[in-house]
Amino acid sequence: MPRRLLLEHIDVEGIRQYDVYRRQGGYRSVEKALKTMTPEEVVDEVKTAGLRGRGGAGFPTGMKWSFLAKPEGVPRYLLCNADESEPGTFKDRLLMERIPHLLIEGMILSSFALGCRTSYIYIRGEYRWIVKVLEQAIAEAYANGWLGERILGTDYSLDLYVSPGAGAYICGEETALIESLEGKRGNPRMKPPFPAVKGLWGCPTVVNNVESLCAVVPIINEGGEAYAGIGLGKSTGTKLISACGNINRPGVYEIEMGLSVEEFIYSDEYCGGIKGGKRLKAVVPGGSSVPILPAHLILKTAAGEPRLMTYESLADGGFQSGSMLGSGGFIVYDEDQCIVRNTWNFSRFYHHESCGQCSPCREGTGWMEKVLHRIEHGHGHLHDINLLVEVAAKIEGNTICPLGDAAAWPVAAAIRHFREEFEWHINEPILSQQRNYGLVGEALLEA
Amino acid sequence: MPTQPMIDPSLQFSAEALAEAQRIIAQFPEGKHKSALLRILHLAQEEFGGSLSIPIMNYVATLLRIEPIEVYEVATFYSMYNLAPVGRYVLEVCHTGPCAIEGAEKILAYLEQKLGIKPGQTTPDGLFTIKTVECLGACGYAPMMQVGEHYHEHLSETGIDLFIENCKNGLVDKGTWRHFTEPVQRAIKANPKTLQN
Repeated sequence: MPRRLLLEHIDVEGIRQYDVYRRQGGYRSVEKALKTMTPEEVVDEVKTAGLRGRGGAGFPTGMKWSFLAKPEGVPRYLLCNADESEPGTFKDRLLMERIPHLLIEGMILSSFALGCRTSYIYIRGEYRWIVKVLEQAIAEAYANGWLGERILGTDYSLDLYVSPGAGAYICGEETALIESLEGKRGNPRMKPPFPAVKGLWGCPTVVNNVESLCAVVPIINEGGEAYAGIGLGKSTGTKLISACGNINRPGVYEIEMGLSVEEFIYSDEYCGGIKGGKRLKAVVPGGSSVPILPAHLILKTAAGEPRLMTYESLADGGFQSGSMLGSGGFIVYDEDQCIVRNTWNFSRFYHHESCGQCSPCREGTGWMEKVLHRIEHGHGHLHDINLLVEVAAKIEGNTICPLGDAAAWPVAAAIRHFREEFEWHINEPILSQQRNYGLVGEALLEA
Repeated sequence: MPTQPMIDPSLQFSAEALAEAQRIIAQFPEGKHKSALLRILHLAQEEFGGSLSIPIMNYVATLLRIEPIEVYEVATFYSMYNLAPVGRYVLEVCHTGPCAIEGAEKILAYLEQKLGIKPGQTTPDGLFTIKTVECLGACGYAPMMQVGEHYHEHLSETGIDLFIENCKNGLVDKGTWRHFTEPVQRAIKANPKTLQN
């Protein structure tokens, strides 16, 4: 049985309630931190643990915390990014709806470490029932003295609130999240100034993903060194992977980093293999914005090494032959899936979600969607493929926020690895409406 | 086209909703009450029949002591706000990648054919509106749709038939329908009253 740090008690009946959670050892990390540690020591533990942001970027959490400006007399804020909207990602939802006190516990520790007196959980508006679950749990935490004035009789006080969004993928970007929390449109801000200096209401602010904040609990309980002992190299600890697509056992799995991708896909402990005994065609390993990889490159790196579930191994080979761990949204495609259709679908998503602020993204995402739509529907031209590559290249790196990159990467990667399938769609406008291409090169062989 | 009145004095939050609005505003520091806007717009949408008209948005502006334009620009940005009237049940079908692999398009086509409407339209009896939405974070339980507060996952054609029938018979109240899995469907079929709260 693999080690579970976050989901250890997820199956305990009634774990959503305070009493049950407390009986399982809940909140003891808060006792330890507030009574025996200084805020700096908490930050140091997280640094020692090597925890990296679980929302997608993988930036070291402890380092992010140490950037927080601390001017006298100015409030600082910790914001939990619970805007989980990256297609393929549904892990934070599980944590919040099943074991909400874990997030609250992690937020108390993190707020203490950062010296924040007020913290907010910004949650996507569609998770409406989870807002209630969290507010109920927060009320229980207040009633039992874990939130509010002078927690555990110490000098530390904290207020925690939930604030829902209203349907916008872009609000998962930290500065857009801040704008949204200020009651505005979710238009990302120019950086610098970074939120650590000027964030919510112009005050120093840290934004962390749900899973990152939850991971602080086992780090404080067991020590940063013990946490760093799990995993592989700079990918320490455990990671939640939400697996979906054509697999036998879709769901959320907590893995020790370093597990091989092959085992993750085929082991009955995890995805349980491809549904219906079909063959694996491709995988998007870290949410829709990371590059798609064909079967041979997801199971092994270009150098022939087994591909592992770590930040480094999934990125091995750069974008030429690698991808990213991203948010852990693991989407599996079998031989019957159409890469062109899937790429068009993702393009539509990014076009829909572009905030419209930067021209390359606003215009480029719409352009890519239209061109992909026409290829998919049998009206494409061969030069459309290069046009897509060009448009993607002109969006990438030319926008205020990473949504532009997120929109460009899937298109560029699909063409990089599945160019023949795009060409087949264009050369066989009638046939491609009737059946799918299959695995790499198959349709060409049959013809 | 008749112009819409800008202010409708009959628009008033219930005492309950007003109290909720005050609770939300109190979560933010003095002078930062605009932060409550998104949530109060949700509240207004629930209070006033599922969509936001100009008078409703103006009412919210008055309530929060901000300019109406500040409300409009937010209401038009976020996809959860309906700017045109909707039916009693808004069926929000996810059609993003992972749901599409699992047959979201078929589910959508089935719904369209069954209800005789396209996404964005409402049935003549005012009961149903179909909306397509982007990823709702239920990729492992696809295909799915959201109705009101609830996610209906693992959607099937028979499941949809049953759901629509129950809506028509008044057995589904907003917010009472839980999950949409096969065992639940069977249980409800055996005893439709379980749907009533």
